[in-house]
Amino acid sequence: MEAFLIAVIVAATPFLFAATGELVAERSGVLNLGVEGMMLLGAVAAFATALTTGSSLMGIAAGAAAGMAGAFLFVIVALGFTANQAATGLALTIFGTGASGLIGKDFVGQALAPMPKFTVPEALADNAAARILLAHDGMVFGAVALVILVWAWLNFTRTGLRLRAVGDDHGSAQALGLGVLKVRSLAVLFGGACAGLGGAYLSLVYTPLWAEDMTAGRGWIALALVVFASWRPLRLFIGALIFAAFDQARNYRETLDIDIPSQFLSMAPYLATIIALVVISLASRRSDAPACLGRDFRPDR
Amino acid sequence: MTSGNATPPRSVLFEARSIAKSFGDVHANRDISLDVAMGEKLALLGENGAGKSTFVKMIDGVLRPDRGEFLWRGKPVSISSPAVARQLGIGMVFQHFSTFEALTVGENLALALPKLSKRAIGKKAAELSDKYGLTLRLSRRVEALSAGEKQRVEIVRALIQTPKLLILDEPTSVLTPQEADRLFETLDALAADGMALIYISHRLPEIRQLCDRATILRQGAVVATCDPKTTPLSQIAEMMIGKTADPIRRTGSYVGAARLKVDNLSISVPEGTSLKKISFNARRGEILAIAGVAGEGQEALFSALSGEIPARRAKSITLSDKPIGAMGPTRRRRLGIAFAPEQRLGHAAVGDFPLSENLRITRHGLRGGETSLKARAAKIREAFDVRAGAGDPKAATLSGGNLQKFVMGREIDREPEVFVVAQPTWGVDAGAASFIRNELMRMTEKGAAVVVISQDLEEIFQIADRVAVLHRGELSETFAIDALTPERIGLLMSGSDIADLEMVDNTPEPRPQPKLVASNDAASVPPASASAVLSEPVRTVETETASAPPSTPAPPKPPPPQAPTRLSTRGTTSVQWTPPESFHPVRPEQ
Repeated sequence: MEAFLIAVIVAATPFLFAATGELVAERSGVLNLGVEGMMLLGAVAAFATALTTGSSLMGIAAGAAAGMAGAFLFVIVALGFTANQAATGLALTIFGTGASGLIGKDFVGQALAPMPKFTVPEALADNAAARILLAHDGMVFGAVALVILVWAWLNFTRTGLRLRAVGDDHGSAQALGLGVLKVRSLAVLFGGACAGLGGAYLSLVYTPLWAEDMTAGRGWIALALVVFASWRPLRLFIGALIFAAFDQARNYRETLDIDIPSQFLSMAPYLATIIALVVISLASRRSDAPACLGRDFRPDR
Repeated sequence: MTSGNATPPRSVLFEARSIAKSFGDVHANRDISLDVAMGEKLALLGENGAGKSTFVKMIDGVLRPDRGEFLWRGKPVSISSPAVARQLGIGMVFQHFSTFEALTVGENLALALPKLSKRAIGKKAAELSDKYGLTLRLSRRVEALSAGEKQRVEIVRALIQTPKLLILDEPTSVLTPQEADRLFETLDALAADGMALIYISHRLPEIRQLCDRATILRQGAVVATCDPKTTPLSQIAEMMIGKTADPIRRTGSYVGAARLKVDNLSISVPEGTSLKKISFNARRGEILAIAGVAGEGQEALFSALSGEIPARRAKSITLSDKPIGAMGPTRRRRLGIAFAPEQRLGHAAVGDFPLSENLRITRHGLRGGETSLKARAAKIREAFDVRAGAGDPKAATLSGGNLQKFVMGREIDREPEVFVVAQPTWGVDAGAASFIRNELMRMTEKGAAVVVISQDLEEIFQIADRVAVLHRGELSETFAIDALTPERIGLLMSGSDIADLEMVDNTPEPRPQPKLVASNDAASVPPASASAVLSEPVRTVETETASAPPSTPAPPKPPPPQAPTRLSTRGTTSVQWTPPESFHPVRPEQ
C-alpha cells in the first residue's frame, strides 16, 4: 500500500506540471490542445540533454525550453494569425509526436541514472506518512510549489488579475488598454514550459528512459484535469491525485487485489471529467471557466 | 444649473480636426471637427448612425481615424490604443458594458488603477461614494449586479482614474431618473473641478439639463454647434434629423382591413428590453412604422413577430384573424408573412453561403416548388439591382447595401401579405435606400401590409402611413403620420412628454401608452403588471411615471375611432386623415 501511495504521488507530478501550465493558458482565454505534443518535445529534449551533458538540471531546463518552443509555434499560428485554436493545438500534438520520435530515435533503449530522492530524516523514518510524502525527488516538490505559486499569483497579484480579465472578456480588456495578445502569448508560453517540465519528469525520473510516444495520453489527461479542477489551481491537487490513482491502480491491481478491469481504470479520468462538467453546469454559481476560452481575438482598427 | 465656466479664458483641452473614418463603403465619419474646453460639458448629438459612437471610439483609441488629427492641449497626439488614451487622461464610459463579469467589483476597479492594493481601492471607492453617492459593493461579482449597478461600476471605474476628459456614451439608458439625476450632479461637480465632458445621448431634455454646448452630427459630419439651454429642443431635433424635403408619401388610399393584429403582447427577454402589453395592427395597403431609439424593445418585437420568440398567448398575434402567436417562423411564413431582420449578416443571411443557399433560408418548408434556387437568385439580383460578383457569390462578399437589397428582394419576391422589416435601410447608401423604400411602397400598392421597425425619422416620414413609438418596451398609440412632426416624434422617442415641447398648446395630453383597442381588457389594469420577469428594476413603470407630468391619467377612450385625431403642433392645420378600422368590408382574398 505504501508503495502504491508513493507511486500515486510520483504519477501525479507530470499531471500537475502540465495541467498548471494549461490552466494558466486557459484562464487567459486560450485553449491549447497541444499539451501532449509539448510534453513529448519536453521529454525527448530533457532526456537527450541529460544523457549528453550528464546533468539532470540541464535536462530539466532543456525540457522546459522545448515545451516552450512548441508553444511558440502555437502562439504564432493561433494567436498571430488567429487560426482556429483547436485545430492548431491538435496539429501541435501530432507534430510533437512525430518530431520527438525523430529526435529521440538514437536514444531509444538507453538508460539514465534516476534523480536523487530526498532522504527522510531519521526522526521521521518510522512514520509511514512522512515516508510517503517526503521520499521524493526535487521535481515533485517543485510541482507542488508551482501550483501554489500559480494560485497565489492568479488571485493576489495585479498581473494575475490582468490575465483573468483578458480571459473573461477580451473586448473589454482591449478597451481598458490591456495588451490582450501579449498577455495570451506569455500565458501560452508559460503553459508550454510547464508541459515541457511534465514531459521532462517522465523521461528523467518516472521511467527514466526515452521511448516513442511515452506520454501515453497524459497530455490529454492534463487537459481533462483543468476542466475537472474547474480552472482553480488548488483543485488540481485533488484531481491529479485521483487521476494518478486510477493510473497506478492498473499497475497495482494484483498487489492490492483490485477487481476492476484495467480498461475501466484508463477510462476513469475522463469519466470523472464528464461528471465534473455536469456538476459545474448544475451548480448555480458560475464556474471560473474563462468566458473567452477558445475565442479568437482580432482587435478592430 | 449654472455652469461655472463663465470666466473668459476658455482653455481648449481637446480638439478634433477633420476626422474621417470609413468601414468599407460606409462613411461613418466624413469630416468631424470639434473642441472641448476644461470644465465644459459638451453634448454630442445625432441620430443613430450619425457617427457619434465611431467618433468617440477614435478618441478612446479603440479605432483609428483614416484622416484628420487630434490635439491635446494644443499639441497633435496619436491615440493609437486605449492605453494611450488612459495615459493622456481620457476616461470612457461605454454604451455597452465593458466590465468583467467574472471579476468582483473591486477587481474591476483595480484593473483601471496603476497600483493594486485592496485597501487603497476600497478607500478611493468609499471617497467617490461619499462625494457623489455612487455606492458599490466591492466584493460582489459583476455578473450578479443589475444593469444600473453595472453602469455605476463603469462610471466609478472611469472616475477613479481622475480623467481630464470624460466621455459618456448614453450612460443613462439603464438608469432610473433618480439615478440619472444623481449622475448629473456628479458630472456637474466634476466639471466645476475642471474636468471636460463629452456626453452622448438621444435624450434631449437630459442634454438641456446637463450640457453647456451641443455639437450636432448628421451623416458623419458636424451640422451645427449650439447652446442647448437656449436653443429650442424642436430646433435641435430638426438639426439632428435634417429637413424632410419633398416627402414621397402616398395618400393611403389603398388601406383596407387589418391583416396583422397584435393584442396585448408581452414578451420577456433575458437581455435587452422586454415588451409590455403592446397592441397595434397593420392594415392592408399601408406601411406602419414602429419608431424608437435603439434598445427600446425593437429586438424583442421583431423576434415576437417573426416567431423566434413565440408568444405565451397564441391570440396575442393574429394574421387575418388566425392566431399565430404560438407558431414558429416557418409556419408563419407559410401563412404569408415575410421577415427581414436588422442584422444582415448572421441573422438575415449566412455569410459563407452563396446567395442561392441564402434564398433557401427563408424558402424551405414552403409550398410551391422552387424550380431552381440559382435561377431565382439571379432573377432577384436583376430585379433589385444587386451588384455583386459573377455567378453565385457568397453573401459575405456583398457590400452592406447590396446584401440588404438582396435580402429585401428575397422577401418581396415571395409576394407576402404581411412584411415585417427592421431597419430596412440601416447603413445603406442613399441610392439603395430610396430604391428599397420605393419597393416597400410598391408592395403596399399590391395590397400588402408592411411593418417597418425603424429609427430613421427621415425614412418614417417618407414612407409611413401611420406611426407608433416604442419606448422602454411600451408602444405608444398609433398616430397618422399627418398628425406628427419630426420634433414631436423625436420627443416621443426620447421619452419626454409632449408638454416639454414649447410650442405645444396647453391641452393636457395623455402619456403615450399601449393603445387601447376595443377588445382590450388592459384598460382597467395598470400597466405595472406587465411582464412580471424583469431583468432589472430600472424599467418599471414607476420610473416611467416619474418623468411624466403628475396628473395625466389616460382617459379611457371610446373604442372605435382608434386612430387618434390630433391637431398639428404648429397651428397650421394639416389634413386629418382618420381611416376607419375596416375600410373595405370585404376581406381581400389571396
